[in-house]
Amino acid sequence: MRNLYAIYRKEMRHYFVSPVAYVCIGLFLFISAVFFDFFLRVIIQQSFQMEMQSMQFGMPPQIDVPGQVLRAFLGLLATLILFITPFLTMGVFAEERKRGTMELLMTSPISEIQIVLGKFLASLSLFAVMLLPTAGYAAYVYLHSEPLPPWRLLLSGYAGIMLLGGSLLALGTFISSLTENQLIAAVLTFVAFLLLWVVDLGHTADSGVGSVLQYLSASHHYDDFARGTIDTSGLIYYFSFIILFVFLTVRSIDSMRWRRA
Amino acid sequence: MIEVQDLTKAYGAVTAVDHVSFTVNKGEILGFLGPNGAGKTTTMRILTGYMPATSGTAKIAGFDVFGDSMEVRRHIGYLPEAPPVYPDMTVEDYLDFVARIKNVPSDKRAARVTEAMQKTNLEDRRAQLIKRLSRGYKQRVGIAQALVHDPDVIILDEPTVGLDPKQIIEVRNLIKGLAGNHTILLSTHILPEVSMTCDRVVIINKGKIAAVDTPQNLTSQLKGGQKIRVEVQAPEKALRDALTEVSGTTRVDTEQLPSHGHLVAIVETAQGADIRSAIAAKIVQNGWPLFELRGVSLSLEEIFLELTTDDAAHAQASAN
Repeated sequence: MRNLYAIYRKEMRHYFVSPVAYVCIGLFLFISAVFFDFFLRVIIQQSFQMEMQSMQFGMPPQIDVPGQVLRAFLGLLATLILFITPFLTMGVFAEERKRGTMELLMTSPISEIQIVLGKFLASLSLFAVMLLPTAGYAAYVYLHSEPLPPWRLLLSGYAGIMLLGGSLLALGTFISSLTENQLIAAVLTFVAFLLLWVVDLGHTADSGVGSVLQYLSASHHYDDFARGTIDTSGLIYYFSFIILFVFLTVRSIDSMRWRRA
Repeated sequence: MIEVQDLTKAYGAVTAVDHVSFTVNKGEILGFLGPNGAGKTTTMRILTGYMPATSGTAKIAGFDVFGDSMEVRRHIGYLPEAPPVYPDMTVEDYLDFVARIKNVPSDKRAARVTEAMQKTNLEDRRAQLIKRLSRGYKQRVGIAQALVHDPDVIILDEPTVGLDPKQIIEVRNLIKGLAGNHTILLSTHILPEVSMTCDRVVIINKGKIAAVDTPQNLTSQLKGGQKIRVEVQAPEKALRDALTEVSGTTRVDTEQLPSHGHLVAIVETAQGADIRSAIAAKIVQNGWPLFELRGVSLSLEEIFLELTTDDAAHAQASAN
């Protein structure tokens, strides 16, 4: 545990002295703010139009503005992290290998699982730090809504983003352990994410293949969370995904000893 | 403290380390000497548990480096070829991190970090980022890193590479000061380093051990015995004949000195024979003016070359 903390501490420190973390967080917050503003405007405009129409035709207005804004915003966050997380994990092992510090870690009385978990938890913490300010935008919606949108939506949405982010970070960490080149790690991670995202494209759950593909798709499970439902199949999916890739990373750095052979 | 038995490491068809056996006693400094690519780094990496051996065993402090890797890692400090430093950390933070992952108890950590910095003269750089340090200082940080947890065994892969002459002397003194409390294995391809710091030397070439001995013994008991250098004013042919007549001479080489027409003769003798007085007598008997007469002991450099080139010749012969 102490070893794990030592690695965690070092990684956190490393994130906050390197420009990568600041650039990623800054970019993420900027883009999410621009889109939040855009969603807010568009959806409010739509709601006015709908209201006008409903007045003309004498129907009650149907639009749930705060709910729509939140859902659109959560969907946007999920898409954004697809682009941002490869940069958070690209250096996790690639940099250690390149600098030769892997030799220090591998000859210290510390196990591979401690190294991997320390690094993974650090990247997850950074991810949470990056996400935190976006809660401010959501709070804005809550402050100006009457009646309040369900809290469930916000909680499950953020739980979903953390799980999705955790999965992407675990996968990125694994890919980073395969190469010495950070750029290759980032590109491969992005490609792998994209495949996971679109694996169920054009398939519906009707056919056998379609339901399997849908289960494998990272975005499909996220949609449930963004709608305010915490589905057990989604929880199982993300947790097993994270455990699988943490385990694969442990095997990967363990196998480095042998690959040097 | 370190026992290596028949250690072999093959990378595909290339055998980097070939049935190497040696031991290092407690408190001793053993020098691992060999040209680049001789298998020094590979052997050290196996000892530290960084990579497994193909066959053979190695034990550190009684623990098998492969079977009991964690226990071995607790007992060693290791400086790899390139100092394993994080450029974005300060010297002190880095050593603190290393102390943590080396399981130094938290109440002793600050003291150990300070001690390691004192020993390597890094105290005035403690708050500096490692990336701003010169090559020599980085190397010192690497050495400090290997000492910080006060390990029983310290393994240093070319500890003086990249240092200036003053720093080299400092590091050598540091290493000598560590002996006794620590068992040290260091590798180098620089010969004087071995004779200055090590108690014993293992000469390794092409993955095989060519010799194991103390630097003094290696210097004195070399094959071909002693050499004597004689500077005389004499006709070349006559001098050569006269010196060959002296009993115990195995070989005479002469050379004309360009400056003042003196001749220099290098006389090789059989092992153990001291024929300096006989040579002096012979020269005086012929009435030649004698300017200099002294024994030349082969430097480690020559022994090294002799051992390693012999090896190469053998390898060639067996290949044919």
